[in-house]
Amino acid sequence: MKKIPILRLNRILLVSIQEDLTDNEAMQFQSDLVNKVAEIEALGVAVDITALDVVDSYMARVINDTASMVRLLGAEVMICGIQPFVAITLIEMGRDLIGADCAFNLDQGLDMLKTRIAGRGDIRFTDDGDD
Amino acid sequence: MTERLPSIELAIGNSADIVTARHAAREMSNQLGFGKAHQTRLATAVSELTRNVIQYAGTGHCMIEDLSDARERVVQITIEDHGPGIADLILAMEDGFSTSNGLGAGLPGTRRLVDDFHISSSPGMTRVIITVRKPA
Repeated sequence: MKKIPILRLNRILLVSIQEDLTDNEAMQFQSDLVNKVAEIEALGVAVDITALDVVDSYMARVINDTASMVRLLGAEVMICGIQPFVAITLIEMGRDLIGADCAFNLDQGLDMLKTRIAGRGDIRFTDDGDD
Repeated sequence: MTERLPSIELAIGNSADIVTARHAAREMSNQLGFGKAHQTRLATAVSELTRNVIQYAGTGHCMIEDLSDARERVVQITIEDHGPGIADLILAMEDGFSTSNGLGAGLPGTRRLVDDFHISSSPGMTRVIITVRKPA
């Protein structure tokens, strides 16, 4: 089973899904990420899906649910790099398949995460020396 | 006219088979010169339909065929299972209907992704045939 690396950048986690995942791998990714967010009390998570050329309703649901779970824990989430054809297909298939916040790319996603985290006034973020 | 690509027949029995099927569908549509938007729609439709097979019937088959002729490029995909079947097809084709808490985009969502969509279902045999086409 493929395991998706979760990179840590101070209190932000970066995940880039590089391969088409089976349903089981997608569920594994979900629990790995949620556990990691809790473990380090991450303030933000950026999930890059630039490499995914198919996001079906199942994967969309996993992404959405993961974003909701991470938010419940207290972190900000940004989904980055949805391909235009994936966006077209998702909307044609049904509205509301993706409800999480999105950014064009990881770069923009990280900027938005940092702005949001700063807006929350979480003092630990500055303590950790990021920015 | 060039020869048609060989048909691909796949057994569907677990979630890895969903990935194999959608890759095969994308690959054939790519080889036939379909654009990325079409490839993505077709691959996504195959993903939805093969997942239905696993969810409702356990196992089934997926056949991917090149039915192109001199006028147009055609990819036809037939997905079959021997599960319990769909009790009310008309209801199942309505937007928002689902027997599984809206896990999938449902059949109507999938139908919107392809050019032709035919479904027949009775206990022991459900068959969905989807087609994408473009001028040669």
